Amino acid sequence: MADTAITVEGARKRYGSKDALDGLDLTVTRGTVHGVLGPNGAGKTTLVRILSTLLRPDGGRVEVAGHDVVAQAYAVRLRIGLLGQHAALDEELDGRQNLEMFGRLHHLGARRARARADELLARFDLTDTGRKPVGAYSGGMRRRLDLAASLITEPEVLFLDEPTTGLDPRGRAEVWDSVRSLVGGGTTVLLTTQYLEEADQLADRISVVDSGRVVADGTADELKAATGGDRVDVVLRHAGRLDDAVALLPLTGVRVDADRRLLSAPVTDRMAALSGVVRALEEAGIEAEDVALRRPTLDEVFLHLTDRTKEAA
Amino acid sequence: MSASTTVPATTPLSHALSDSWTMTRRELARWRRQPVTVVVNLVFPVMLLLMFGYLVGGGRGVGGEYVDYLVPGMLALTMAFGLEGTMIAVTRDLDKGVVDRFRSLPMANGAVLVGRSAADMLQSALGLAVLTGVGYALGWRAHGGPGAFLGAVGLLLLFRFAMLWIGIFLALVAGKPELVQAVQILVWPVGFLSNAFATPDSMPGWLGTVVQWNPMSQTATAVRDLFGGPGGESGHVWAALAWPLALLAVFFPLAVARFARLSR
Repeated sequence: MADTAITVEGARKRYGSKDALDGLDLTVTRGTVHGVLGPNGAGKTTLVRILSTLLRPDGGRVEVAGHDVVAQAYAVRLRIGLLGQHAALDEELDGRQNLEMFGRLHHLGARRARARADELLARFDLTDTGRKPVGAYSGGMRRRLDLAASLITEPEVLFLDEPTTGLDPRGRAEVWDSVRSLVGGGTTVLLTTQYLEEADQLADRISVVDSGRVVADGTADELKAATGGDRVDVVLRHAGRLDDAVALLPLTGVRVDADRRLLSAPVTDRMAALSGVVRALEEAGIEAEDVALRRPTLDEVFLHLTDRTKEAA
Repeated sequence: MSASTTVPATTPLSHALSDSWTMTRRELARWRRQPVTVVVNLVFPVMLLLMFGYLVGGGRGVGGEYVDYLVPGMLALTMAFGLEGTMIAVTRDLDKGVVDRFRSLPMANGAVLVGRSAADMLQSALGLAVLTGVGYALGWRAHGGPGAFLGAVGLLLLFRFAMLWIGIFLALVAGKPELVQAVQILVWPVGFLSNAFATPDSMPGWLGTVVQWNPMSQTATAVRDLFGGPGGESGHVWAALAWPLALLAVFFPLAVARFARLSR
């Protein structure tokens, strides 16, 4: 139990006639980053709201840092940090005032709250802007301050609900760096995201959520492996020969991306497929720029898994 | 699990006071950051007072100096319009997820509402001071003595307190700042369908009845009485106590229940 930071067993939450969570199970090991990946409306935010004591589940057992989120909400709140979808800050106040206020609400006392605010501003590279109202911050800065506010007491468990939604690539990279720097400190992070790249970059393990359930669970590599193995990508020199190549090549389930002059298809026997493709192209006189074997991307895994649950429903 | 035995299941009551003070300070810090907004909020009722006192030129048949009739009406109207400010502030925090973050902290959750109340009451007290000051400059006088004066201020703040909890409840129901505009539009007729500017006797029968029953009119009439000005009726202090208390008895529990329902 000591190794488990989050335990969710059969969590249910219903809004009207819609099940936001439909018997969701989840276990997160202490000190790891766990990605919860799913499309809009999959139940990710509902899950985070339940885990962070904002919402009561209708059923199931939910424990965070060894405490029940309903019966021991206060004990849970002492041990968690929450970064919601929107930067939950006072736009009119400056960065330091915001952090100081959250420090006081954690009952650090005035002096420690001030010292902690300065520490966090320095750590998140915000000291220079600490006196500017948050309304004047860039998206990435605001998110960093938001993250700092959720780390006032070095929480055991940190929830990040779509932390980079709406940020530009630079802001996203800033937030990713900050999250990575946390993990060394032993904080358990649960991160929801719609971006597969984000889960791939940050998470040790990933749970794919769809329609309020976990439909797959594992490391990024395990998920990729579970989705039907490797693919072969063929890039032709001339887009005009794509149709010829599709007709000719010994492949099934071919996807064509005309803009990139790309053919892609799943393969079972890697080497046989590779040599078969190369030989067939040579014989037909179709020029290829690149032929490569690769693992499926997380995107393909994700589409595969979420499509499958829709068919089953 | 040893930690769970040393940690109480709910937020210790001792935090309630300090958390409420922190939440009040948050609003005060916001004022310091936005002095213009504060000044505009204080100047607006003064503008209304000047407009009705000089431009509109009403006040025939109030039975005395119009300024002595108008100032208590404007004081009550300012308290009623305070509802808007409360609603805007609460919906803004809800919409931005600030309330969610507060609720995820080991703080006394009720402090969010207590801090809002304290800050709004402070702002309203300030508004009363400014408006009575301008009224004094225009020739308004309180003739009833210091005790009656304090009683009048108390009735006005009690009315504001009732408006405050109606505002919190409506904000929690609406949830989104966009819906506040709809309520704002409704606040105006309620504010103006009162005896703030003119006596109900000067209005058509049915309108006069509506105006007379408006809780705001009760407060205005009682305050006029306590200031010893025209339009006051001695029995109205009880109505001016009863109406806000009745509104509070309904909307305070509704607002608290609605706040607790955020977790459902």
